[in-house]
Amino acid sequence: MSEQAAEQLFDLTLTEEQRITRESVIRFAEAELRAISRDADEAAQAPEGFYNKTMDLGLSIMPIPENCSGAGMPRSPISNVLNAEDLGKGDMSLALGALTPLGFVNTVIDNGTAAQQEKYLTPIASETFVAATVALMEPRATFEPSELQTTAVKDGGDFVLNGEKSMVALGGSAKFILVVAELDGKAAGFIVEQGAEGLSTEREEFMGLRSVELSRVKLENVKVAAAAKLGEDEQEFNLERLLDLSRLGVCAMALGACEAMLEYVTEYANERIAFGEPISNRQSVAFMVANIAIELEAMRLMVYRAASRAEQGLDFHKEAYLARVLCGEKAMEIGNNGVQILGGHGFIREHMVELWYRNLRAVAILDGACAI
Amino acid sequence: MINLELSPGHENIRNMIHGMGKSMIRPLARKYDSAEHVKPVELENLGKMMDQMGGGGNPMADALGGGKKDEGGTKIKNGGQMMGVIGAMEMCWACTGLTMAIPGMGLGNAAISSVATDEQKERFGKVFAAMAITEPGTGSDSANISTTAVLDGDEWVINGEKIFVTDGAYCTHVVVWATLDKEMGKAAIKSFVVPKDAPGLEVVRLEKKMGIRASDTAAITFTDCRIPKDNILGNPEIAKTAEERKKAFGGVMQTFDNTRPGVGAMAAGVAKAALDMTKDILAKEGITPTYDKNLFNTSAIEAELYRMEADYEGARLLIMKAAWMADNKQPNSKEASMCKAKAGRVGSYITLRCVEICSSLGYSEEHLLEKFARDSKILDIFEGTQQIQQLIVARHQLGKSSKDLK
Repeated sequence: MSEQAAEQLFDLTLTEEQRITRESVIRFAEAELRAISRDADEAAQAPEGFYNKTMDLGLSIMPIPENCSGAGMPRSPISNVLNAEDLGKGDMSLALGALTPLGFVNTVIDNGTAAQQEKYLTPIASETFVAATVALMEPRATFEPSELQTTAVKDGGDFVLNGEKSMVALGGSAKFILVVAELDGKAAGFIVEQGAEGLSTEREEFMGLRSVELSRVKLENVKVAAAAKLGEDEQEFNLERLLDLSRLGVCAMALGACEAMLEYVTEYANERIAFGEPISNRQSVAFMVANIAIELEAMRLMVYRAASRAEQGLDFHKEAYLARVLCGEKAMEIGNNGVQILGGHGFIREHMVELWYRNLRAVAILDGACAI
Repeated sequence: MINLELSPGHENIRNMIHGMGKSMIRPLARKYDSAEHVKPVELENLGKMMDQMGGGGNPMADALGGGKKDEGGTKIKNGGQMMGVIGAMEMCWACTGLTMAIPGMGLGNAAISSVATDEQKERFGKVFAAMAITEPGTGSDSANISTTAVLDGDEWVINGEKIFVTDGAYCTHVVVWATLDKEMGKAAIKSFVVPKDAPGLEVVRLEKKMGIRASDTAAITFTDCRIPKDNILGNPEIAKTAEERKKAFGGVMQTFDNTRPGVGAMAAGVAKAALDMTKDILAKEGITPTYDKNLFNTSAIEAELYRMEADYEGARLLIMKAAWMADNKQPNSKEASMCKAKAGRVGSYITLRCVEICSSLGYSEEHLLEKFARDSKILDIFEGTQQIQQLIVARHQLGKSSKDLK
């Protein structure tokens, strides 16, 4: 334990900077995400100009080193979790889009050489939104991140990639796709640029997260230079860290979506009259609301604990894993019960709860996206 | 700054209590579970020992009584409430029944330390006080009790029957809830410190229980039981206005904001005990959790271990938060009930599941898993049942009164 950590007290107070940042992110999420959430879901894409607006938040610029035109701020998993939570409350799908380049940036910083950081991060530290993404998942029921079927084979000075990736956020528009592939029995990260020969992307349609343009990425004998493999020659790709940070990012967005659900059903249950009184006067309804509040707070504390350990440089793998286990299960339970409380109205697209239900199903599934 | 690790000071004391529980309490767990109603003599000195730990704080009494009060300052504190829940977790990791039987750790002590006058603290500060609220016809609806107290000259005369009195046999005093006037409802309910040797007090029965058998649970009758006038805790007047009446009973109920995280911590402690033991048993059979694969790509046993551990950790953090809020003078009624609700149900779920996972070894009295599964159940019942906690959380969340949300 470092000296600083040794003096640390258990504390749930935000720093002044975090408190101020939260206020503006919450305002942004209400005005720019929640307000267009339904339309973006219907259109299955974010409206023109949406991603450029998110540049005001500086999400992905912050950790980019100064020599790559970034802000060069120290990485802050806790601040990223708070941002993801607040954006997720606006809309999980659009939040995922806004945070996707950050996941790419963090993964390149964690694994890339100085030269690679300069090459791949400088274009992202731009005034306009430049999409870049991580491609990890593969279209199989039993997909396991450590057992990849996407392969990389050394071919002279190059690598040849083959395989199929699924649920790649902004896959169609990303300038850089960080493809995690198996190389000599281990995971390795390769940057594939949009337009590379043998690379094709195709929109996937999912039950939720519709506006973030999740894509199938196909790699057929895609040739990349040796310099596109992240890290020095023998350096191992840190897959576990990518998974842990990504799970925390997804869980943090789920916190926001579940908070939105809690607020919505609280108001609805108090206003909806049945048998002559608000349905919230009945224990069967009220207890469902209480349990949403209880489980959501447990989820939140677990995500915060893991992120705080990450921020302090402590091992946080187990904490992140368990946070994902709880969030994966309870986020969906909250989505399910939220719709139930609205009854038939919850099933109608006039209300937001069915959209949150569909989005929340992804919490237990999504891997590799938006590493915080 | 957000940090959910224990402070190094609390971590040290946690380790100390864990070690003490492991070496001094756990070895006695089976013995006094089997020998129900035999006084655990080995615990006599433990209460005194614990008084000397944690800078003079008694962890269980802290957990149940609100702990030492730190006054002044705006700096973040990790104080007595947090120490208390940490202590309760570790003690109940060793044995829930024996923890409750340690002299001086009665719930009555919690009531005395939170509302007694200085003069009363002088007289009752060192006693071993049980708490008597429940009656044969009154459980969660504690405002409905029918035990009466009538002032006769310089003495209160108490009549009625109390059941489920934890520590009722071995305590030296009982804090009794009685009404001055049943017609007046909640506002007329007062608590009284009754010495065990007061004339008219009789321990009529020791309950035979499913779990926490090392802890004595008594039925006590009061027949024209006389105690000095100044043994009443709090204001002897019945509040006149509706507002005052509400406040008076609210004050009594507020004790629970302190005790609920403590009981939640007890549930978390026994859940952790079951989890640890299950992992030990499984390790001998070649199963060790690795926390790596996706949940459905692991074995069913591993997946269940992860789910249980996640639930346990969620409950533990809710408890720490509620205690942290109390230490930092933040109102925590909602959070106290949230943590008790989560910890109570998780305690039952985990201990029962661990028995199931370990199959015949879990069900067998050869190990303690079956005992943990019997002990845990009461923790989802006393100090407010699961349903009462949900009711409280729901009222807070929905902004409802007890009139609207019954």
